[in-house]
Amino acid sequence: MSEERSGASILVESLVKQGVEFVFGYPGGAVLPIYDALFGDERLRHILVRHEAGAAHAAEGYARSTGKPGIVLVTSGPGATNAITGIADAYMDSIPMVVITGQVPTGLIGSDAFQEADTVGISRHCTKHNYLVKDPADLAAIVDEAFQIATTGRPGPVLIDIPKDVQIAMATWSDGPIQRKQRYSPRTEGTPDEIARAVAMLANAKAPVFYTGGGVINSGPRATALLRELQAKTGAAVTSTLMGLGAFPADHADWLGMLGMHGTFEANMAMNQADLIVCVGARFDDRVTGRLDAFAPNSEKIHIDIDRASINKTVPVDLPIIGDCATVLDQMLAEWGTRKGQDLTGWKARIDGWRERKSLAYPANAEAIMPQLAIERLYELTKSKAPVISTEVGQHQMWAAQYFPFFKPNKWLTSGGLGTMGYGLPAAIGAQCGNPDSLVIDIAGDASIQMNIQELGTATQYRLPVKVFILNNEWMGMVRQWQELTYESRYSNSYSDSLPDFVKLAEAYGWKGIRIENESELDAGIQAMIDHPGPVIVDCLVHKETNCFPMIPSGAAHTDMILYGDSVAGTMDDEAKALV
Amino acid sequence: MMHIQHEAEERHVLTVTVDNEAGILAKIAGLFTARGYNIDSLTVADITDNHSVSRITIVTHGPRSQIDQIHAQLERLVPVHKVVDLTEVGPHVARELALVKVAGIGEKRVEALRIADVFRARPVDTTTESFIFEMTGAPDKIDSFVALMRDLGLVEVGRTGIVAMARGPEEA
Ligand SMILES: Cc1ncc(C[n+]2csc(CCOP(=O)(O)OP(=O)(O)O)c2C)c(N)n1
Repeated sequence: MSEERSGASILVESLVKQGVEFVFGYPGGAVLPIYDALFGDERLRHILVRHEAGAAHAAEGYARSTGKPGIVLVTSGPGATNAITGIADAYMDSIPMVVITGQVPTGLIGSDAFQEADTVGISRHCTKHNYLVKDPADLAAIVDEAFQIATTGRPGPVLIDIPKDVQIAMATWSDGPIQRKQRYSPRTEGTPDEIARAVAMLANAKAPVFYTGGGVINSGPRATALLRELQAKTGAAVTSTLMGLGAFPADHADWLGMLGMHGTFEANMAMNQADLIVCVGARFDDRVTGRLDAFAPNSEKIHIDIDRASINKTVPVDLPIIGDCATVLDQMLAEWGTRKGQDLTGWKARIDGWRERKSLAYPANAEAIMPQLAIERLYELTKSKAPVISTEVGQHQMWAAQYFPFFKPNKWLTSGGLGTMGYGLPAAIGAQCGNPDSLVIDIAGDASIQMNIQELGTATQYRLPVKVFILNNEWMGMVRQWQELTYESRYSNSYSDSLPDFVKLAEAYGWKGIRIENESELDAGIQAMIDHPGPVIVDCLVHKETNCFPMIPSGAAHTDMILYGDSVAGTMDDEAKALV
Repeated sequence: MMHIQHEAEERHVLTVTVDNEAGILAKIAGLFTARGYNIDSLTVADITDNHSVSRITIVTHGPRSQIDQIHAQLERLVPVHKVVDLTEVGPHVARELALVKVAGIGEKRVEALRIADVFRARPVDTTTESFIFEMTGAPDKIDSFVALMRDLGLVEVGRTGIVAMARGPEEA
């Protein structure tokens, strides 16, 4: 079938054709034709957010928890600029996303027209690719290519900027297969030689570690299954970045916990002492490596990554394999066959020695709820429901990563690369849309939650039973911690003054509000949150000055971890202060 | 006290074949600024009959690891078909065109013309008191010519930046 349709209508058909279920958006002048085309169309569900940053983060949460791309629809100018933070966040964390922005009519572009912004220019370096559509006849092919680019290779956000006249103008549309040039074909497989070398290195290793990242999650559940299989064959220890949590079960005997700045002692020591590091879908981020010249000094390194630009970016490796995690792991398993690796008893014993430092132990407190305990109890009381957890950014995020164990992929949504406060609530909303029967909880800080607090209304409108669990320490805790450690406790602007009454705030939006003030109320409060069928804010008052440990200070080596009970100097030299 | 450290640097010539689409130059130039890479020169022109593909020649300098990153980052852009590091590939020809305006009379004018002849620079505009010389050549040859003209009434210089190609029968 072939007929004349408006650009807006072609866009809607193209989204339906891609299997889109949800569009997270906010209307405005430059997208009114698209909103009109959506009107009454039952095939797409539009979720009206309260701020465009919320739309982008909700799309991220949807994508991360379902494995499908998240779709955003916003207007020109301020609509687009408001969405930029979420787009940049998706770019850093490799989240598949397609963003549709309205633009002023073609004839007005460049004239400083009302609500004009150079969206293509502004988004150029925080999108994987972007387009300015000049003719509705190109739209179907552009949408098709945009989805391919967003979801294949290293996933990421793709933006399509559509001037208002292009939305209204007519073009021929056909429901047949789309004709377009195929110009994007990322490499997905390792070469036989690379695979053979990798397996030989693994079989010879006496102290191997799998260092896994978000790429394993992005590659899909098959990658997770294959990682577990290859680990079982080789017996290597496994650690993960913040983004990779859930790829490997947290109760496994060879699980080391998260590595890096707030990673466990055993994970960081194992990285430091390993003779072979197999990096699977991670990127040697500065939060993971610490001081580069002291990073895993005695190891050979294999790096499996679909993005060639991630290879040798910060850490030179011995064997790069450019390919999709699942495909390469599958190739390695086939090559491994019935081989037997080295005897790893000695290595495991050393790891057990490091485990004995109990780096996640924290002191009990009779007066106040320890934030770590709150997370542990949250886990215990919700684990039977295998909840989806999102977070904001700060200490609470790190405590969630440390004390909330994950067993499956797509259950953990957090802003890793960009570290965006305000991510967690909209991400939880997006995740709840994609997983209507799951328990979805945003673990939040008192400061972060205020950054996209307006999205409470979105959850109310769509009857999404998301839960927000605030670890309320009345501080921007992570900032306070850095000021304590590096600026002799000069707490410049890090106190959360004039906090709202979160219970009343919840009620104002039609949510249930629960306050937990003492440890004796902790379990009952969490249970009440779980039992309530609608959305709930829990304002959990926790110990105010607790710091997050272990910690490798910026620019220090993995072996220079600060553990609980270590005394800290309270200042740093300028080189260390200059690091992020 | 903290000081900024510098690493040893290399100079490389890259050719980049791209879809000739709107914004592609901004994308490439912007990649360099966004990631803190250097551009010494950049030339671009379309090279196919239907104007659909352009070839960009970029001269850059930086530490070895950064040059590799530039290569990988360029290849990652969707409209980029191919990136060749000519410095890495081996012997290549690099040429640049310059227009050099020199004004003067008498002895200096005669001397300018004589040197231009040695450098095979051709006068493409002549008045009784000036010349515009056109010359193509390796960039350092143009540098030398311009330096010599400085004492002989140099008025202005325009240079294209280099285009380059690997030697031998094959496409690089
Ligand atoms: C948008 C944004 N602005 C600033 C920061 C810097 N920052 C990182 S953590 C943090 C404090 C977070 O405080 P809170 O949400 O209360 O969490 P806590 O650390 O107390 O758990 C700040 C300001 C950021 N990550 N994101």
